[in-house]
Order: sequence, then C-alpha cells, then structure tokens
Amino acid sequence: MSAALVGIGATEFSKESGRSELRLAVEAVSAALAEAGLKPSDVDGLVSFTMDSNAEIAVARELGVPELTFFSRINYGGGAACATVQHAAMAVETGIAEVVVCYRAFNERSGHRFGQFSSAAATNPTSSGVDNSWSYPMGLGTPASTVAMVARRYMHEFGATSEDFGRVAVTMRDHAATNPKAWFHRRPITLEEHQASRWITEPLHLLDCCQESDGAVAIVVTSLARARDLAQPAAVIAGAAQGSSADQYVMTSYFRDEMSRLPEMGLVGRQLWRQAGFGPDEIDVAVLYDHFTPYVLIQLEELGFCGRGEAKEFIADGRIGLTGTLPLNPHGGQLGEAYIHGMNGIAEAVRQIRGNSVNQVRGVENVVVTAGTGVPTSGLVLTRDR
Amino acid sequence: MTAPKGISAVAREMAAQGECTPRVARDPVNEAMINNWTEALGDDNPAYPAVAPPAMVQVWTMRGLHPNPDDDPLGRMSEVLDAEGYTSVVATNSEQTYHRHLKPGERVAVTSRLEEVVGPKQTALGEGWFVTTRSIWRVGDEPVAEMMFRILKFRPKPVARAAVTPMVSKDTEFFWVGTKIGELRIQKCAACGALRHPPGPMCPRCNALDPTFIVSGGLGEVYSYVVHHHPQVPGKRTPFVIALVELEEGVRMLGELLDVDPEQVKIGMPVRVRFVPSGEFTLPAWEVR
Repeated sequence: MSAALVGIGATEFSKESGRSELRLAVEAVSAALAEAGLKPSDVDGLVSFTMDSNAEIAVARELGVPELTFFSRINYGGGAACATVQHAAMAVETGIAEVVVCYRAFNERSGHRFGQFSSAAATNPTSSGVDNSWSYPMGLGTPASTVAMVARRYMHEFGATSEDFGRVAVTMRDHAATNPKAWFHRRPITLEEHQASRWITEPLHLLDCCQESDGAVAIVVTSLARARDLAQPAAVIAGAAQGSSADQYVMTSYFRDEMSRLPEMGLVGRQLWRQAGFGPDEIDVAVLYDHFTPYVLIQLEELGFCGRGEAKEFIADGRIGLTGTLPLNPHGGQLGEAYIHGMNGIAEAVRQIRGNSVNQVRGVENVVVTAGTGVPTSGLVLTRDR
Repeated sequence: MTAPKGISAVAREMAAQGECTPRVARDPVNEAMINNWTEALGDDNPAYPAVAPPAMVQVWTMRGLHPNPDDDPLGRMSEVLDAEGYTSVVATNSEQTYHRHLKPGERVAVTSRLEEVVGPKQTALGEGWFVTTRSIWRVGDEPVAEMMFRILKFRPKPVARAAVTPMVSKDTEFFWVGTKIGELRIQKCAACGALRHPPGPMCPRCNALDPTFIVSGGLGEVYSYVVHHHPQVPGKRTPFVIALVELEEGVRMLGELLDVDPEQVKIGMPVRVRFVPSGEFTLPAWEVR
C-alpha cells in the first residue's frame, strides 16, 4: 500500500471524562490533524466503528469540515479498530478521498459500560439478536464470560494456567507504570496480586480483564506522497487486513471443530505477512489487542510468533517485556493504559515507528497491530518510511 | 458492613470533633468574579461590584477542579456511607444566613462541622441517612455567612430485572417449541442430513433451504465451562456455572449447569438435559448424570 498514518490525537484517558462523547471525538480528531500539520478543511473522509455514538456528519459539522467524499463504519466492536485504517487506506489508494480520519470516542466507564450484562443485546430483532439467544438467556452475556469459556478449553488442551495469563497482565502493568498517559501509571502489579484478585468469571480474575475507560483516539491517514510533506514522520501501511472465519459468531464461536483458536486472527495474519512481504521474525514491536489476557496468548500463536499451545512458554522468560525480543504493547495496552477499543494501540504503534514513545523500543522498523479478538477482526503492519 | 449503630457512632465521633480545618479562598473577593456572576444571573443591582452578592459566598471557597484532600466532614461522612452501600445522594436542604456584605479585597475562609446524621430512614428513593453539616465563612475571626446543608445518602433500590428471554425467529422457533414440551431439538438438513446447532435457514454444507429436526437424547459431556461471579446477571444468583456441552449427536449447546459444586465441575463430565421454565420460555440446562 502507499498510504500512511500521519497524525495521532487523543484525549486524556479517564474513568469520567465529564464531557459528551461527541466532544471527546472532536477533541481527538482536532489534535490528530494539528499534529499532522493539517486543517479540518483538508479532511474529506471519516471512518469509525458501528458502535461509535458520534455520526460522521456530527464530527464533520463540529470541525467545520466542508465536504466529505468518504464515510464508513466498521462492525463488530473492537474488531473494527485496525479496519478503520484499512478502509481509510483503501479510500486514499483509490482516490476516493485524500485525507481520512479514523476516530473512536466513548464514555465507556462513566456511560454505557461494556463489561455489564447487556439484556438489550439479546433482544435485538436482528440476526445478531437471534445469535445471542443461544448464550444470553443461559447467563452467558458479558465479554469476560464469553472469553472465559474459550480460555477454559485452551487451558484444558494445552496445559496453560491462570499464572500464564497473569504474566501478560503483569507485563502490561509494568509497561503502563512508566507511561504517564496510562491510567495505571506508577501502579505495577505482581503475579501474586493477579492471582489474589477476585474472580470475574472463572477462570478469569479481575486482573485478566482490561479496564473500562472514557476517552477518544483519532488517526489521520493519507497518501504516502502527501505524508512526506507533512509535519510528522510517516508510519507506512505495509499490511492492512480484515478477517472473519467459518461459523463465525460475535464472542461465542463455540461451535467450530476447534474452539480454542482465533482463526479469524490467523486469517488476518496470513494477509498481513503476504502484503508486507515478511513474517513475524521481522517484527520489532507487537501491539496486540488485550481486552482479556488469554486471547493475547492465542493471538501470538495465530500470528505465527509461536506454535499452537506454545504461547505460555513463549512469554515465560520476559520475551514480551520492553527489553525482550518481542516487546508487547509498550504503552501498557488496554490492561494498563486505557480501553479505547484498540485505537490507542494503533497510536502507540505510530509512536514506536516514529521513535518517540515514552517506552520507546530501540531500532523499530516494523510493528504489527491487532484489533478485537473473539469477533471478526483486523490488523495492520506499519513500517518506517524508507 | 458496619451495623447501623456503627454509622451513628462514627457520626457522633465526627460531630464531636467540631469544626474542620478552614479552607481559605484561593482568591480574595474581586470585582471580576462579581461581574461575571451578576452578568450570568442577570442581576443588575447597582450595589455590585462595590460589594459582592451574598449568595456568592460559596464561590469564594470552591475547591477547584483539582481539590487537595481535606478533612471536610461531609466528604468523610459520605465515604462512610458509601462503604455501607448508601451510594446515592440527593441534596434536600440548603439554608444560608448572611451577616454582612463582602467587599473586594477581603479574603474569606470556610470551615464546616458535622451537625447530625439521622437514619436509617425509609424514603421514596430507598433506605438512607440524612447528613446535616453547618458551615461558617469568616473574614479573620468575624463570621460573615453561615449555611446549614443537608443531604440524603441512600441505598438505590434494586431494579427488578427479569431473566433474559431468547429472541426467536422463524428459523429458530422449532427449538423453543421443543423445549416447552420437553424435547431438545437439533436442526437436521433434510437434503444432506447434516446436524447443526445453533440452527439457521440454510444448510451451510449443501445450501439446501429444507431444515427439519431430530430430538436429541439429551445426553452429553462438558466441553468447556465457566463459573460466573461478576457482574450480576438478570434472573441468576451468583456464582453459577454455565457449561458448553457436546451432545452425543455431535453438536454443542450452552446451558446453565444446575445443582453442582463449581469446584467439582470438570471438562468431560457427563451431563443430561433438564428443562427450566423462564417466563414464557423454557430454557435448556444441564445436570450431572
């Protein structure tokens, strides 16, 4: 692809923003444009999640964007994150739009909390509502419980333990501890604290679950040619992919032959490596969607960083720490920094490519980013401009 | 949980401590703030801004956006009540007495004491405690204004939440009709014979639009399971076990695993179906066999 990420913007990450979601959206978009050296009048495309409550026209109106030639929404919760950039890049590559901003803004902690049991999700008169009728009435209707069901099977098949999941949480909180923007700045945890944290849905402890956050992130995408004239070094899109697999459900793909996998992420990975022309060995930093720790392990396997069932050994020796061979989520991820539906991870990938993250990994050339897991998902490979 | 007696005891102790540390106004009484206030309220009394409107008294000692921790008794008592589950709040009374006008240049300080905490009271909002504080604003040692402030801290009434009932479509109706008459029905493609759960209109294997069903023997094994603790789920008492069961016919199905010690559940455990009425529906659930 010849499109690039040229601006990132965000609000503070909090538990109660005290502002409307629309205001959060326009603050983040505005910051991203300013950083890129662009004006609202340069924007001709906007992309967000179907779950976002802020219409593209409302965002455009507030910013004074005069004309939009491209506006689109991606479905399936956090699985949309990297796909917003992919759709923006496709619009740029086809000439449909020139400057596209991807945004996600919510008061997810002080407003509608995703971690609660949503009776509404089970009563939608849609195919998704009917899908949910096989789980919600039985009491399985929170994100944590749907992941716990897969995690239990994964533990059974490969001998992974709660401590293995805990090592992911501890690493994320270590990284957040030195990130002043992170909610858990200066608040690392130990494995013992992970183990002692209360059960949410066994086998998941509280500290296996990401935070709930208020905040917004925006990402500006334009052509590589234009990117080279802008204020920031370009993060070039080397791969951008979406994936949905056989017998796909949202969070409850329990009816496939192999339940303890994320084949849709495998599908995203295969596309990314093919597009980028290299594989996991060339990746310097991984930003993997970490709403729940078990899916971080399964993603490492699906993306080919290690074999099936081997993730627990792969992460055991500090490999995913800042000084490891595959630093994972240097910003602290959604477990440590904030839960902005994966968009804050894309922003961190851009900083790592630019070389200006607070937890900068040395000599970063290539970063892989993934979006929400357990749902149809997406991914990106970003590289330095060379 | 502290017993109700505990709350009263804490309150008496806090009341006996008298006035808290004075909070000194960030800025002296000033014309700029007076002008902003009177303009916003549309008060064109010519006495202002030579003196400040008396009702502005709280303005001068506001905590600001990033308050320092203090020993204000209202905050401390609220924390005690929060911890006891009286987490909601509504202000019920605010009575201010003004001793004299304030003039630009004067710097006030406010101090508060806990007057009384009364409860538990049954109110329309729920069970709660009335917390009354008295605040005095002073310039130097001279009291210039006072306020009696009362809030109700209450335990929000639990919202009655019925169990979630399934969304039924024409493609899935047969299943729910079945559970109602004690049949666990599995969709079967009339063309190729493939069994399938959850059901749908088209056979993914042969694309036939001719679904029928068989009645399962209702026997299977736990394929995976969870023990749900948090958050609360409508119609369920936590903790409870949800099992994904692989039926002998080869399809998987979710249901609550009933009457079981969560510690004893294992993958591979043999179970059988049990039908549980829930509102106008009957849900499939499991019991250990």
